Amino acid sequence: MIITEQKDINDIYEMIKDYNKILIAGCDGCCQPPRSINEAKVLGQLLELKAKTEGRDLKWRAITILRQCDDRIAATTIRPFVEEYEAIVSLACGLGIVMLNKVAEKIITYPAQNSMCGGVQNAGENYFIQYCETCGSCLLGETGGVCPIAGCAKHLNNGPCGGTVEGMCEVGGYTRPCAWIEIWKRLKKFDRLDLFTKYRPPRDYRPATSPAYHLINKPYTNEEEAKEEAKK
Amino acid sequence: MAKRPAFSNLMKEIRTGKFIFTGELEPTKMYDLSSVIHSAEEMKKTGKIVAANVTDGPQGDAYTCSMVPSYLVQEKVGLEAVWQMTVRDRNRIALFGDVVGGAILGLKNILTLTGDHTALGDNKNARPVYDLDSTQFIELVSKIIDEGTDLEGKEIEGGKIEMNIGCAANPNALPPYLEPEILKVGRKVEAGVDFIQTQTAFDIDEAKVFLKELEKYNVAVLLGLFPLKNYGIAWYFDKYIPGVSVPKDLLGELKTAKKMEDKKARNAKIDQINIDFFEPFIKEIKKTTKAAGIHCMAVHYERLFGPLLKDF
Repeated sequence: MIITEQKDINDIYEMIKDYNKILIAGCDGCCQPPRSINEAKVLGQLLELKAKTEGRDLKWRAITILRQCDDRIAATTIRPFVEEYEAIVSLACGLGIVMLNKVAEKIITYPAQNSMCGGVQNAGENYFIQYCETCGSCLLGETGGVCPIAGCAKHLNNGPCGGTVEGMCEVGGYTRPCAWIEIWKRLKKFDRLDLFTKYRPPRDYRPATSPAYHLINKPYTNEEEAKEEAKK
Repeated sequence: MAKRPAFSNLMKEIRTGKFIFTGELEPTKMYDLSSVIHSAEEMKKTGKIVAANVTDGPQGDAYTCSMVPSYLVQEKVGLEAVWQMTVRDRNRIALFGDVVGGAILGLKNILTLTGDHTALGDNKNARPVYDLDSTQFIELVSKIIDEGTDLEGKEIEGGKIEMNIGCAANPNALPPYLEPEILKVGRKVEAGVDFIQTQTAFDIDEAKVFLKELEKYNVAVLLGLFPLKNYGIAWYFDKYIPGVSVPKDLLGELKTAKKMEDKKARNAKIDQINIDFFEPFIKEIKKTTKAAGIHCMAVHYERLFGPLLKDF
């Protein structure tokens, strides 16, 4: 799930204050907490109230889109409204904002959310927790399924650091677990401390460098390889 | 790994088998470094301190760099520096550049550290770097020293630099957390460490267990001690420094001494409290462990070195 947090209502208003008619688009995709039709409606009401305090009359309509990050779904859902409205406020993550700007290119789409991370929700816990940072070089196979990139404030490949006390991390005032102590516990349980003591060399940051373009369909052929070999 | 030559005086002294002492200097937000130089001079005068660590933005604060004061302490005072460098603020390109630059300035010891997180410091909005971790940093410095190359194997014009590498360890890691700490230190030693300087210890029994555990790595260990110049520092240390707890008796004595009105008498009392606590501590460590010496982090408390170390 993509975890988002709503921007300050004043900041959202500031972005759209020059428009008289706006479309507010929720997203039914993976955005958490839910940012669907109801949330879009509430945002519309709040912006309307804010506009009224400034003596303005703001017209708005709330809709929701199955997945804003899918260009075909986003384009077909948004098409009937583009001519009628001056701007869009999207409640999706950053992917949705960029996509709506692309498929509805005549008007600008503004973000109502800050995209925080890819995260999960565990039953009974009042947190969305970042389990993966989509770093492009997955180490989970040698860390007992605990991620030292998303889970460690210093992204250490060879932890823990000196900032851990009784298994807790210096960042956040020793209230959150040190990922490397969690890794040690898991690997010890499976008698794989060899993976703990193993030295992991400096990471290749290229897979995580922006802007990222990842090939979807790689050719089902070995002809390219043969050509490369021939060149050598 | 084959033993690296002793390039620094610190390493040479360690290899003689003498029980040695290092001190600590802390440049803060300073354009005027005279107080750091003064501290180094006082340290040098005692004749007991082989080298002084120069800190690199402790607690994540934006402080004057550690390279320039390290250089000045060596040049102006003639006291060898243990140049502390964290991976918090520099990527591998900047680390490489700085290490080679430091070597050109004649720095012979580098203490490789992760560094307190930016979120703890006085510029909390800063982007933390941590491109390398401290173990990978040891690999980088090892390559510069042993092979005369950067991480990618690209050669340095003029060849290899001459420097000895230190790393940190935490004697306050108690079971069950002692095991990952010891394993981690082993990983660092394997990457090319010449000496270890530990975080501060206050519990003699825990310190002895820790030193015993480190023996298997066959690397020189300087146990960290932190003489307490006043009650305020002791209280802060006890409350805010990760994993460190100052013994209650020691805290109590310092608190009582704090109430003395005559400054001279108060200082004498505080010095005596420190001597009474740390002198037997050091003697015990020297007698019963294989520690190479003590890293005495008496920042701005150089006056203690003379009386505390008179018998060593």
